Amino acid sequence: MSPNNVMRPQTRLSRGDQRELVKDASRLLPAPARRLFLRRGATLGGLAMLTGCSVTDSKTAESMLMAVSRFNDRVQAWLFDPKQLAPTYPASSIQRPFPFNAYYGIDKVPFVDAQSFRLKVGGRVRQPGSWSLEQLASLPQEQQVTRLICVEGWSAIGQWGGVPFALFLNRVGADLTAKYVGFKCADDYYQSIDMPTALHPQTILALTFGGRTLPPPFGFPMKLRMPTKLGYKNPKHIVEIFVTNDYPGGYWEDQGYNWFGGS
Amino acid sequence: MSTPTDAAQPAWVRTTHWLNALGAILMVLSGWRIYNASPLFQFRFPDSFTLGGWLAGALMWHFAAMWLLVVNGIVYLVLNVLTGRARRRFLPLSPRQFVADLDAALHGHLSHDDLTRYNAVQKAAYVGATVLLVLMVLSGLVLWKSVQFPLLRMLMGGYESARVVHFLAMCGLVVFFVVHVVMAVRVPRTLRAMILGR
Repeated sequence: MSPNNVMRPQTRLSRGDQRELVKDASRLLPAPARRLFLRRGATLGGLAMLTGCSVTDSKTAESMLMAVSRFNDRVQAWLFDPKQLAPTYPASSIQRPFPFNAYYGIDKVPFVDAQSFRLKVGGRVRQPGSWSLEQLASLPQEQQVTRLICVEGWSAIGQWGGVPFALFLNRVGADLTAKYVGFKCADDYYQSIDMPTALHPQTILALTFGGRTLPPPFGFPMKLRMPTKLGYKNPKHIVEIFVTNDYPGGYWEDQGYNWFGGS
Repeated sequence: MSTPTDAAQPAWVRTTHWLNALGAILMVLSGWRIYNASPLFQFRFPDSFTLGGWLAGALMWHFAAMWLLVVNGIVYLVLNVLTGRARRRFLPLSPRQFVADLDAALHGHLSHDDLTRYNAVQKAAYVGATVLLVLMVLSGLVLWKSVQFPLLRMLMGGYESARVVHFLAMCGLVVFFVVHVVMAVRVPRTLRAMILGR
C-alpha cells in the first residue's frame, strides 16, 4: 500500500483494503502512538490527521467513556446467566464459505507445526504443564452449531467441535475462584475472559471446524469458542492458557473495545 | 404565582426533552459509525457525520449514551403516567381526527394557538417517536445481549432481523427529528415553550 493512499482518504479502496490498511498501520505504531491513534480514530481520515495535527481531543471525555466501559463490564457480568444457552442451529444453516476475520490479512495466518506443538498451561492451576494435540484430542469432545457475532455487527453460523472448557479447567486443577483466564496466541493476539464464561457449558476449546481439523484461517491449532461472547473475545491459534487474578487485558480491549464483550 | 399546570411545558418535560434530544443524537451519530463497520445495505454514512472516530470509539459513545437515553426515558414515561400528563395530552387519539388534522396541517389551516393542547397529528407524532425509541432500546438489547434475552430475541425474529428493526426504527426517528425541527422553527412559540415553559 503506497503512502499516497494514506494521505488521501478519498482514494477509492475496497472496504476490505481499507480495513487491512488500518490494521497494518496500527500494528506498525509503537504503543504511545497507538493510544494517540485510538483518540484520533483509526480510520483513513484519522490516519491522515495523525500526520499533521496536534492532540486537541478531550482527555476528560475519553476517561469518562473508559469509566463507563468498565461500569458496563460489571453490568454485563451481573446480567450473565451461566445457565442461559446461546441458540443452536441445524447443520443446514451453517454459512459457507465462512468469513475469515483477523487483525491481519489471510496471507498472514500463522503456521503452527502440529507435531511439535505443545499447549502451555500455567498460572493458578494445580497441574501446570504442556499438552500435545493428541492429548487434547483424547479428551471428551463436543460439537456445536452456533452463531458467531462480530463486534462490527455481522454474524455467521458455524460448527465447532472440541473439549468443553470447564472439563479442561477441572482437568488441570484450575483455581475456579480466580477472576480471569488468559490466552496467548501464535499470531501475537492475546485475550482474557471472566471465569463464569470460561465455565459456561457452551464454551469449548475448539479443535475442529465443520467436522474437520481446525483450518489455519479459523485458528489452528485451537480456538476458544464462546457463543456467549463477541468474535474478538474468541482467541484463535492459542499457544498458552493461564489462570490469574491480575487483569490480562486483550489485543482490542487495550485499544478501546469493551472487555466483557458478551452477548 | 403560577402553578405547574399553567406552563405549556412543565420543567420536568423540558428537562427530559432536552436530555432525550442529546441522548438520541449521540446514539444515532455513534450508531452510524457502528453501522459503517459492517453496512447492512449498499451505502455508508459519511464519516464526518458520525461520532467516535472509529468503531471502538463509536461503541464507547453508544454504550455510554444508552444510559442517558434509557434512564431519562424511564423518568419521562413514569412522570407522564404519574402526573396524568400522558392522559391529558395524548388521549383521546382518534384516527378520524388524525386524518382531519393532517389534512388541515397540509393546507396550512392548523393553528397552534393553545400550546397546552396537541392536535391529533402532534399526538400521533410524539407517541410514535416514543414507540420508536422503545423499539430502538428493545432491538438494541437483542443486539447487545442476544443470548441473555431469549424472549426479546424471539420477538425481534432473531439476531439478524433485530439489526434490521434497529436500523428501520432509527430511520423513523430521523424522519421524526427532521419534521419536528422544521415544525419547531415554523412555529417558534413551541420552541420557546420547550425552553422557557411558556
